Amino acid sequence: MEPIRSVTGRLAPLPMNDIDTDQIIPARYLKVTDKHGLGAACFSDWRYAADGSPKPDFVLNMPQYQGAQILIGGHNFGCGSSREHAPWALMGAGFGAVVSTYFADIFRSNSLKNGLLPVIVDEETHKQLISLAQEDPNTQVHIDLEAQTLTLPDGRAVTFPIDGFSKHCLLNGVDQLGYLLSLDDKASAYEGANSARINTHAMMQG
Amino acid sequence: MFEKVWDQHVVAAGAEDMPAVLYIDLHLVHEVTSPQAFTLLRERGLKVRRPDRTLATMDHSTPTTPRGLDGLIPVTDVQARAQLDFLIKNCEDFDVPLYALGTENQGIVHVIGPEQGLTQPGMTIVCGDSHTSTHGAFGALAFGIGTSEVGHVLATQTLLQYKPKTMAVRVNGRLSPGVTAKDIILAVIARIGVGGGTGYVFEYMGEAIRALSMEGRMTICNMSIEGGARAGMVAPDETTFEYIKGRPHAPKGEDWDRAVEHWRRLPTDDGATFDNEVILDANTLPPMITYGTNPGMGMQITDRVPDPDKLGDVSAKMALDKALTYMGLQPNESLLGKPVDVVFIGSCTNSRISDLREAAKIMKGRKVAEGLRVMVVPGSQRVKAQAEAEGLDRVFREAGAEWREAGCSMCIAMNGDQLAPGQYAVSTSNRNFEGRQGKGGRTFLASPLTAAATAIHGVVTDPRTVVGERELA
Repeated sequence: MEPIRSVTGRLAPLPMNDIDTDQIIPARYLKVTDKHGLGAACFSDWRYAADGSPKPDFVLNMPQYQGAQILIGGHNFGCGSSREHAPWALMGAGFGAVVSTYFADIFRSNSLKNGLLPVIVDEETHKQLISLAQEDPNTQVHIDLEAQTLTLPDGRAVTFPIDGFSKHCLLNGVDQLGYLLSLDDKASAYEGANSARINTHAMMQG
Repeated sequence: MFEKVWDQHVVAAGAEDMPAVLYIDLHLVHEVTSPQAFTLLRERGLKVRRPDRTLATMDHSTPTTPRGLDGLIPVTDVQARAQLDFLIKNCEDFDVPLYALGTENQGIVHVIGPEQGLTQPGMTIVCGDSHTSTHGAFGALAFGIGTSEVGHVLATQTLLQYKPKTMAVRVNGRLSPGVTAKDIILAVIARIGVGGGTGYVFEYMGEAIRALSMEGRMTICNMSIEGGARAGMVAPDETTFEYIKGRPHAPKGEDWDRAVEHWRRLPTDDGATFDNEVILDANTLPPMITYGTNPGMGMQITDRVPDPDKLGDVSAKMALDKALTYMGLQPNESLLGKPVDVVFIGSCTNSRISDLREAAKIMKGRKVAEGLRVMVVPGSQRVKAQAEAEGLDRVFREAGAEWREAGCSMCIAMNGDQLAPGQYAVSTSNRNFEGRQGKGGRTFLASPLTAAATAIHGVVTDPRTVVGERELA
């Protein structure tokens, strides 16, 4: 994974609350065996009409929001299914960060493992960002992962929370699996002290 | 109880800025969220650490159409076929047991774990599926994970987790006839909203929960995620032990006695505190139904659709406006009497034998309303076989319903089973999101009893009006 230090870019406002992962990437696109190529299907049902043509009034189709790197969603962004295809699709659609007042747990965890920054801001900042993006689509904000700040065009920087472990992994471009693999001895010790109650192989043999 | 199970599985303790490392007792795998994880293992030259604690099945992208003359379920979707074939190859290469499509133990991942006796109290259980919370009905700590985490668990049998907070969901009193576990959980989610449980593990407790069967408890825990909680748990008791005993993977002989002794120590101690609490009265609870586009938009079946203009909060008003537009509903409209196009009885929420028995109780000797499509989809091949042994399939078929092969079916609409744009369905599944049951499809979530009552009349129907209280009790 490439290290991530910051995201600077324009904002695409999608301020609905409770945007679920079925909207971010509908289930019919999940019959894939890799992570790539999901960007075109991101928000497919909101983005395209029945004949496949782009709906002009959807934010991702508006010319002024093309190339936006930061999506602003409403409260509880990413609720519903655990599909990691949701952050894969958002990244495929060109986003490096999503801003909301809070995120659904699994979506947040999945995003952090892929380098899509889930940035949590207070209600007031959230409202301000939506207004800024709607009034001037050229508004740029700067997200600094090291400092954990989002800097608005007026220079005001608001801090956002991120757990230290995920931050370390993102800044250094290391995935979390390496850490778990390094604890092999501890896992073995646990297995030694706690005998398994089940064996899924058993039924195969009998 | 959550704390006990958590503590018993810590491989490495966490800190404020460091997640704990938890040992995973059982890892369930399906075709849709695992391919990229197996690819990761191949790229890194890793093995599956504990294939004996891993079990794969096929459920999400599998058709539920009738078997061919060869006895096999035909998969005509090329992409789905490729995904299923990749799972077969992955299970062969990594020595993971697989319940392949159409074989006797295959079924929805959250139906087969408990059915096989693999789901046991005090265990940690994960799967790349948010409805893994189902298994919490046994007093297991069970939650959905992403595909990266599926890779972590395959490779190390461990998972990084920050400790969630706890919320007690207390359901006092007794359910009235015609009211089910599904109505309890729809009422809980309507109360707290789809984000209300974010960051929490629920523990369901109280007289009404104790009185439920294991299958009812599974229905409730299943939908914890629809309230935002990754996991929901019910303390194990005699009902739990009775359910597990004698199942293929249940402990036997002395092992059984030792296991039960351990399980009896799991329930939350008297005086333990929770970070939050919700209280619901089962005595006054009627059947519930959703009217909107998330599971939190639910109401009593006799209520009227809420009016966005009466909401103070602007974003809540916007959300309700958008939902009602999508659903084609008017404020203050009653859903009772609303014509529907499809009734779907199935999904990991309500496709177990007791769900099918309840639906059959209403449909027996009656006919499905004209022009209505009714699909009954058993949760597993075993449920299907049992239902057929009890003659339930005949009840459904004679009523005019479709009796299908086991799978997720129309709950996820990625397997050929789906609504057409604009169609209305009463569905026993768990999600009414836009397009969840097919692009443009409109879902009313409800219990199997409500679904079956609706199947008979062709319009949304309160099950309490279809048959007498004695039949429903």
